[in-house]
Amino acid sequence: MATASVFCSPGFDFSHEIRNNFLQERGVPLPKATSTGTTIVGCLFKDGIVLGADTRATEGPIVADKNCEKIHYITDSIRCCGAGTAADTEFTTAMISSNMELHALSTGRKPRVVTAMTMLKQYLFRYQGNVGAALVLGGVDATGPHLFTIHPHGSTDKLPYVTMGSGSLAAMAVFEAGWRPNMERADALALVTAAVSAGIFNDLGSGSNVDACVITASHTEMLRNYVRPNERVQKERSYGFRRGTTAWKKEDIRNMVVNEDITFTGAEAMDTS
Amino acid sequence: MPDGSFERPQQRQFNPYSENGGTILAIAGADFSVIAGDTRQSEGYSIQTRYAPKVFRLTERAVLAVNGFAADGNMFVKKVKQRLEWYRHAHAKDMPLRAIARLIQTMLYAQRFFPYYVYNILGGIEEDGTGAVYSFDPVGSYEREACRAAGAAQSLVQPFLDNQIYFKNQTPAPGTNHPTHLPLPDVLSIVIDSFTSATERHIEVGDGLEIYVVLAKGRSTQELASIGGLQELTTRAEGDRMFVVRRDLKKD
Amino acid sequence: MSIMQYNGGSVIAMVGKDCVAIAGDLRLGNQAMGISSNFDKIFDMTERTYVGLPGLASDVLTLHEQLRYRLNMYTIKEERTMEPETFIHLISSTLYEKRWGPYFIEPVLAGMQKTPSGDFRPFIASTDLIGCINFAKDFVVAGTASEKLFGVAEGLWEPDLAPEDLFETISQTLLNAVDRDAYSGWGAVVYVITKDKVVKRTLKGRMD
Repeated sequence: MATASVFCSPGFDFSHEIRNNFLQERGVPLPKATSTGTTIVGCLFKDGIVLGADTRATEGPIVADKNCEKIHYITDSIRCCGAGTAADTEFTTAMISSNMELHALSTGRKPRVVTAMTMLKQYLFRYQGNVGAALVLGGVDATGPHLFTIHPHGSTDKLPYVTMGSGSLAAMAVFEAGWRPNMERADALALVTAAVSAGIFNDLGSGSNVDACVITASHTEMLRNYVRPNERVQKERSYGFRRGTTAWKKEDIRNMVVNEDITFTGAEAMDTS
Repeated sequence: MPDGSFERPQQRQFNPYSENGGTILAIAGADFSVIAGDTRQSEGYSIQTRYAPKVFRLTERAVLAVNGFAADGNMFVKKVKQRLEWYRHAHAKDMPLRAIARLIQTMLYAQRFFPYYVYNILGGIEEDGTGAVYSFDPVGSYEREACRAAGAAQSLVQPFLDNQIYFKNQTPAPGTNHPTHLPLPDVLSIVIDSFTSATERHIEVGDGLEIYVVLAKGRSTQELASIGGLQELTTRAEGDRMFVVRRDLKKD
Repeated sequence: MSIMQYNGGSVIAMVGKDCVAIAGDLRLGNQAMGISSNFDKIFDMTERTYVGLPGLASDVLTLHEQLRYRLNMYTIKEERTMEPETFIHLISSTLYEKRWGPYFIEPVLAGMQKTPSGDFRPFIASTDLIGCINFAKDFVVAGTASEKLFGVAEGLWEPDLAPEDLFETISQTLLNAVDRDAYSGWGAVVYVITKDKVVKRTLKGRMD
C-alpha cells in the first residue's frame, strides 16, 4: 500500500485488470457474481406509484439469499427496484441516492424523479452495459407521480405500468390483463402483488416473498414482506446431535473475561494505631 | 446469393439434448426400499409442468426413477417396461431385481455413442427379500448401494444422506454402534426433509413429491399407518407390497 | 476450471442462541493436487468478529492484509473497535472498488454485534466476489463446496442452538459437505463465538 490514507482515489480501481486478463488468456473463465433472477414491477395509480419485487437472489441454479431486499431507497419519495448483477444494483442505487441527497441540499428543493432517472441512465451509459443493473424507478415529486424503467445500457422508458427481470413476462401478463387508469390504492397494491406472485410462481429465477412500496405525494410506505406465500413447512424430524458426536483433536479457548484468584499471603493488617 | 444459394459452405447445428431439472433419490432398508422424486419439469427458467412423474413402477417389486433429459427418460422407461413384458410372456414370472439392473446396463450401453441423457436409480426387493438400490450413469455403469441421490440437487442431498443414513463423521455414543439399516419411519422422514431442503436452495426442485415404498413379503405395514397421503399400489395378494406417498412441495 | 476452484477451500457460518459459529477447511491445493493441510482461511479481525476468506489463496492473503490495514486505520481514527455489521460493509466496498478486476474471494463473516443496550447479538453475513452482501438469519456458506454446504445446512440447521450444540451442527455440516468435494477438506477448524469466550477446535476428519 503506497497510500497512507484508508481512502483511495474515488471510483473504480482497475489494478487487477492485468493479472485477471492474463488469467483469462490462459483459459481461466471469470467467475459469475450473484445475480437477482428477479421479478420487479411498478405501476401508476390514482395518487401515486406502487413498486413491487420478489426476494430471491440466485447464483446459477442455487438460491443464495431467500429474503433479500430489492427495493432500494433513493430519496424519501423515490424508490428504485433493481434486477441483474446484485452488487451493481446495490452500489449504483446507493451512489445515486447519495448524489440525490447532495443535489437536494444544494438546490434546496425536493428532488425530482427525472433527476434520479437522468443520473442513473448517464451513469449506466458511461459503462456501456458493463454495470449490469436493470432498474424500475418510481416516485412522486412536485410534477406528480413518475415511473421509469432503466436498462443496463442506459436506455429508459416512461410508462404507466412496467416490469423487469427474468419474471417480467409473467408479471406483465398480469398487468396487461388487470391494469386500469386511475386505480384505487388497494386495487393497485393487489395488482402489483398478483404480478410479482406470477413471477414468483412461474419463473424459477424469482421466489420467496413479495416486497411492496406505495409512494404518494404525502407519504411513502415500505411494505417489507407484504405477502409471504413460501414459508418452509415444519421438518419431519429434529436433526440435533448428541454432544460429543464430532471428534476433535485440539481446543483453544480465548477468554474475554479474565478471572484472577487473589491469595492473601500472611501479611498482617497495617498497624494504624 | 440472390438465387438462394450460398457462397460458402454453411454449417447447421441441432442439439438433440436438453436438461429438465428435478431430483431423485432412493434408500434401501433391511426389508424395504424407498424410491422418491420431485414432480417438477423445467427448462431454463420456465416450468414446463408441475406434475411429470419421474418414478415408475416396473414390476410388483421394482421401481425405476429417471432424471435428466425428460424425453429420453420417458422413452427409456417405456422400453424397459416393454422388455419386462416380453420377459413375462417368455417366462411367466416377473424379472428379478438384479436381472432388471443388468438389463438396464445393457440397454444403456447399447446407446454408448448416442446415450440416453438420463441418470437411473432402480429400487426394490431382491429375490432374497432384502431391500436394494442400484444406481446407474447414463452409459450403464452401475452399482448396488444402500442410498443414492441423483439429478439437479444431487450435490445438496447426497452429503446429507451420507451423514444421516451412513452416519458419516458421527462418533457413536460410548458403548453403542450405529445401526446398519434404519427403520422405515426414519427413512421416510429423511427423504421428505431432503426434498424440502433441496426445494429451499435449488430453483429446479419443487411442486410435488412422490415416494414409492416397496415392502418385502410378509413385512408389517404398521409403520405406514400414520403416514399422510398414502396410496397402496399392490395388485397381487400374497407378495411384496407397494405404496406411494404423495406430498406437496413449495411451488416458487 | 474457474479461478475460484484453483486452490479450493470452503467456509460456513451459523447463528445459534446468543452465539455464532464459523468453520472452514484447511486445504490448500493446486487444482487437484493437495499442497498444504494447514492453510487456515479464517481470521480473527476483532475480539468478537471472525472472517473466513475462501477463494484464490494469493487473494486470501492480500485481502486479509488489506482488511486488517483498513480495520486498524478505523480503530485508530475512531478510537473504538469495529462492529461486525460495519465490517461487512467495509468488506463489501473493498471488494466493489475492484469491480472490474475482482479479488477472487467470497468472504464469510461471523461475530457478536454490540447492541445499544450493551448486550451482544449474533451476526453473520457473506458477500459474493464483488461485494454484494447477503444478510442471513440462519447460515451463510462460500467456497468450492458451497452447494453441498447449502444442502446439508438446510437439513441440519435449527434455530436457537446452544454453543455446544451449534458446534456439533456446524462441524457435521462442514465435514460431510467437504467429504463430497474434491477441492475442500484435509482438516477443518471451528470457532464458536459467545459474548465472553471464543472456542477454537481443530476437527478430526477424513484426510483424503
